Amino acid sequence: MRYLFCILALVAGAQCAAAQEPLRIEITDGVIEPMPFAAPQFVAADGGAQEVAAQLTKVMTDDLVNTALFRLIPQAAYIGRAEGADATPQFPDWRAINAQALVTGSVASTPDGRIELQVRLWDVFAGGPVGEGLRFVGDRQSWRRLAHKAADMVYSRLTGEAGYFDTRVVFVAESGPKGRRNKQLAIMDQDGAGLRTLTQAGELVLAPRFAPSSQTILFTSYRSGEPRVYLMNVESGAVDQLDRLPGMTFAPRFSPDGRRVVMSLSIGGNTDVYAVDLGSRARSRLTDSPAIDTAPSYAPDGSQIVFESDRGGSQQLYVMPAGGGGATRISFGQGRYATPVWSPRGDLIAFTKMQGGRFYIGVMRPDGSEERLLTASFLDEGPTWAPNGRVLMFFRETGGANGGPVLMSVDATGRNLRRVPITLAASDPAWSPLLQ
Amino acid sequence: MTFLKLGLASALALGLAACSNTTDTAAVDPNAAGGTISETSLQYFNTVVGDRVFFDTDSSALDLTAQETLTRQAQWMQANASTTAVIEGHADERGTREYNIALGARRANAAYNFLVSQGIDGSRLRTVSYGKERPEALGSDDASWAQNRRSVSVVTGAPVS
Repeated sequence: MRYLFCILALVAGAQCAAAQEPLRIEITDGVIEPMPFAAPQFVAADGGAQEVAAQLTKVMTDDLVNTALFRLIPQAAYIGRAEGADATPQFPDWRAINAQALVTGSVASTPDGRIELQVRLWDVFAGGPVGEGLRFVGDRQSWRRLAHKAADMVYSRLTGEAGYFDTRVVFVAESGPKGRRNKQLAIMDQDGAGLRTLTQAGELVLAPRFAPSSQTILFTSYRSGEPRVYLMNVESGAVDQLDRLPGMTFAPRFSPDGRRVVMSLSIGGNTDVYAVDLGSRARSRLTDSPAIDTAPSYAPDGSQIVFESDRGGSQQLYVMPAGGGGATRISFGQGRYATPVWSPRGDLIAFTKMQGGRFYIGVMRPDGSEERLLTASFLDEGPTWAPNGRVLMFFRETGGANGGPVLMSVDATGRNLRRVPITLAASDPAWSPLLQ
Repeated sequence: MTFLKLGLASALALGLAACSNTTDTAAVDPNAAGGTISETSLQYFNTVVGDRVFFDTDSSALDLTAQETLTRQAQWMQANASTTAVIEGHADERGTREYNIALGARRANAAYNFLVSQGIDGSRLRTVSYGKERPEALGSDDASWAQNRRSVSVVTGAPVS
């Protein structure tokens, strides 16, 4: 790693900090001190860029600060001047305020009316760049994505993990009385911006899930009078029923290659897991038990499926081959386990646990070992992984006639439990992959 | 007109009281409160016959009370041969969304099978599960949850009252 750092530094034409460890946050540590960083407002090259420069800076720093891995030193404390991405900073000015990392940037309007953001990350105490500068260009109306991409660059270079800020979340927006809740599919950026609904009021919809492409979602709707799985293109809004065979279908998820859907089918009171090939729309049955088999989720390599079943007498988690058969129980703690979701990294399975009248979000290894509970409340349910497998989003509902759900997020370590900053009542979040 | 309204309100109140108490199996005399509900009406089915049965936590077993209610439903549907019913299965809020849809499907199916065993043609019945999406009682307490663990036979093809 040090070698790589030096090469990049030389390429960038600055001095090499060979004697120092690279600037790095280990996010697997249980408790860490946030890394103090500075980010002077990006320098605008022209009047058109001026109005977004401050917003770009804020969206980027908000992304980083919200992880609780970074602490932004307020701009009022800065001694050093804001300089564009091309200039080498006066490092002593930034050392003096104890900034360990520094992000500089320039914003310009392109001749064809788009926005260009150039950003650079600096190791203040080593006195050199961390990696090469990056240049992002985007349409003016999608300027926020440029800031998220810049934040992803900073996050990934300082943690060694892939970023997750340039992503979206689909969820169910809820309104109206508890007995007849109005539910609409909605989509937003991961930070709550750009929220819009995807379905009309008056249709009961549940549990949307992203395709690997981020363009298509699966969801369950009662529009036909019974729960059935549908596909929707989130850009065009076009909706397609997954299949037309009899029975109630629900709890769908895409396979990692996006070619298949795994879901539950309920016929005659019995619920089993089926896979549907999206090309031929042919169904294949993966479980065959009189128990409730539901909430299936593929391993990221597509070879296995984790699901929940009450075949042993209560809701527990099982893993089976992707083609079905030979399921192995993996949850053995007290209480009931539900809604398993395999991490995109493959190392953990997140779940909902019910025990003693409380609901928990937890994680365990795919073999069921090392179970850890991350949250607890009257009702915590339905975890979804950020694409880097380090952060989970879920919904938390309060009880009583006036209770309602909100979206929450928490690190897979259990740190940084926070409410997603939207004012809507919301449930059933699903995190997209990194946008293309 | 005022008198009729009062009668209906009383019958409704009695019906609701019967619903909220799963051990109260006594059929309500439709004329006890001075009402004049037709025995072929939806009103009669919903309040006197009883449109719903209740289940224990995480169970789809029909207890004696539930079987008695469903027996009355079957008798009524046989007497009113042009009616059909959608049997809605429901769960309380103390479970996860997908599991509760599956559990509601089990409950609706248990009621369906019982009605068919009592001679109702399956083509007159349809089942659907709402899981925990449509609670009847809105509290977060044992009494509310008991009312929400239910199957409800929603009849069509009969006059309202």
